[in-house]
Amino acid sequence: MSAAVAPSVLATALLVARKDLLIEYRTRSAFLAALTFALLAVVIFRFSWDPTAVAAIDLAPGVLWVIFVFSGLLGLHRSFGGEQADRAIDGLLAAPVSREAIFLGKSAANLVFVAAVQLVAIPAVALFYDLPVAGGELPAILLVALLAAVGLVAVGTLFSAMTVNTRLAELLLPMLALPFFVPVVTPAALATARILAGRPLAEIGGMLKLLGGFDLIFVVACTLAFPFTLEE
Amino acid sequence: MTNPSLVAPGGARTAPPFGGDRRDAVSAAPPRPAAGPDLLLGAGLAAVAATLVRAIWFTPVEAMQGPAQKIFYVHVPSAFVALYVGLPLVALASVLYLWLRDDRLDRLAASAAEVSLVFMSVVLVTGPIWGKPVWGTWWSWDARLTLTLFLWFVVVGYLVLRGAIEDRQQRARYSAVLGVLAVLLVPFIHLSVYLFRTLHPQPIVLKPSAPSLPPEMQLTLFAALAAFLLFFGALLRTRVRLAAEQELLALQQEAL
Amino acid sequence: MAGAPSTPPPALEAVGLRRVFGPRRAVDGVAFALAPGECLALFGPNGAGKTTLLRMLAGLLSPTAGEARVAGRPIGEDPAVRARVGLISHHSLLYAALTARENVEFAARLYGLPNPAAAARQALERMRVADRAETPARRLSRGLQQRVSIARAMVHEPDVVLLDEPFTGLDELGARALTEALTALRAHGAALVLVTHNLGEGLALGTRVAVMRQGRLVDERSRAAVDDRTFAAEYRALVEGGS
Repeated sequence: MSAAVAPSVLATALLVARKDLLIEYRTRSAFLAALTFALLAVVIFRFSWDPTAVAAIDLAPGVLWVIFVFSGLLGLHRSFGGEQADRAIDGLLAAPVSREAIFLGKSAANLVFVAAVQLVAIPAVALFYDLPVAGGELPAILLVALLAAVGLVAVGTLFSAMTVNTRLAELLLPMLALPFFVPVVTPAALATARILAGRPLAEIGGMLKLLGGFDLIFVVACTLAFPFTLEE
Repeated sequence: MTNPSLVAPGGARTAPPFGGDRRDAVSAAPPRPAAGPDLLLGAGLAAVAATLVRAIWFTPVEAMQGPAQKIFYVHVPSAFVALYVGLPLVALASVLYLWLRDDRLDRLAASAAEVSLVFMSVVLVTGPIWGKPVWGTWWSWDARLTLTLFLWFVVVGYLVLRGAIEDRQQRARYSAVLGVLAVLLVPFIHLSVYLFRTLHPQPIVLKPSAPSLPPEMQLTLFAALAAFLLFFGALLRTRVRLAAEQELLALQQEAL
Repeated sequence: MAGAPSTPPPALEAVGLRRVFGPRRAVDGVAFALAPGECLALFGPNGAGKTTLLRMLAGLLSPTAGEARVAGRPIGEDPAVRARVGLISHHSLLYAALTARENVEFAARLYGLPNPAAAARQALERMRVADRAETPARRLSRGLQQRVSIARAMVHEPDVVLLDEPFTGLDELGARALTEALTALRAHGAALVLVTHNLGEGLALGTRVAVMRQGRLVDERSRAAVDDRTFAAEYRALVEGGS
């Protein structure tokens, strides 16, 4: 009976993340919905601008980031939905694990989800918008995408915990989260535009720092705030 | 009625770990509202009206911008009370609520948010009205105006969130969390707007710089600031009282 | 129960537990102590506060006043204390998309068991549901889900088991498996709190009997002091009357 040792924060987070991803893999519906939405949006945006008036490369960063934000929101929404049915969350909370670790685990799973959508959407945009990604632009864009995803996921996971059992949950999550996404999307889109324009990486240093700072502050703040969103 | 064999050995330890009945006491019924006409509100309204009169008829017209500049006496004080008084109050009440769990702090935060929203709306409406004749454009992504716009969305989200949660304690807790996070957001919005503006050159803005305002205008401005502050305080107090009354009513209905 | 200093602390103890929701007192000063191997059968009408009490004992809800302790250590401060507690609620606490085995193994890992796969298999076997181990939870009948849920709650062999209407939805086989599992746990020294509407089941398993009404424990006594024939009538009187 006493050989058990309660898992550490990291171990707990990995456990929870693995569990969430396993469930997502089994059902796949949210991921496919987010992916379909992203690809559809890529195509629709392309068709809604006069190609002679606006160069595709000017549109691409904005389109890319709008898509990430909205498909990310689609994914975030399901993050706590699974815990509501049959009150599985009680199982997590009764266990000898810290609430912060639970949050980190869920955020990690959401990060994988968002990153997976990005990994498909970025090449799709590159394809449909004839982007010059032959040189070292792609890794740079992926770095920006990852940094931004961390910030989006930290805030989004917390807000999805808060909105999961409210009325108008699907509307409330974007409404709360979008103002918080602005300091992520602005530097990310601007940096992406710079990269695509072939500017040296040094020029986007400030934007990367802004993203990094946001990530640091909000990952910590949201992790600490998470226990307050649980029943006391 | 207690069976002694079921009571803990060594005597029941009644000193509780969570500060005892503190949550009990502060969640008790809110105070009954005061009776009689609201003199503070009347005074606030009168003060605002008086300064508007002064601004329109008794303050000189600004040379470069013309009569449109007078909106400045509504725009600036509104921004001041909303951004420097109202919202910090929301943030402070939110932090204190998470620490003390006093329902009164929650009512204060929510009321301050609502009243600030009104003044922020005034800022967002008067800004473009002032801007069009002066800058030639309705919206110029001016730093403070843009910040006000984003915070407007955050406060609307805050109020919608409150509307979507039935449970009193949960609503208060969630609002407080949002309030604290919103404070952290402000510097990042500043930086984002700055980033945006340095890459997108903005029209040259002709704004009267405050220190070089002639004394009559300065006086009007200070009078307006004071009047709006008074009005804000009166509105806040009225709103908090209304919230207490609504709470009382809800408690009575629940007891039935 | 004047204890000498060397008396071990009770397996489960509630001291002046109180929980308010706004003006409503869901639990209003509950106190009891259970020694290892004891089972408190807790009866009471809906809304009496039994579920709230159980959630406080499980560390899911913090009391407004008072304390719950497992082996002398307060629940809520140290997560390691929660490791000694198992919760069976009328919700299954399962993840619909995961199989029975995955659900129980996940719990085993959460509790830090050294051999989660073996522990999960054992727990499923004890609840006679091992043959459905690879079925996703959502494809199991309510009764089978309940059995898996119980396996999940007991995989870490808790010292304290809290049960909220566990027999609901269980067929005879399942009920027997549960009773056997609980008896075995009690033999190992676990303390149980069994909330149930079923007087028969409660009296069969309980060593202590209590009735909860409007947030308070009324009529607490040892099982031996309960006359099976008259208890049902007494209970009805307690619950409907105004004592």
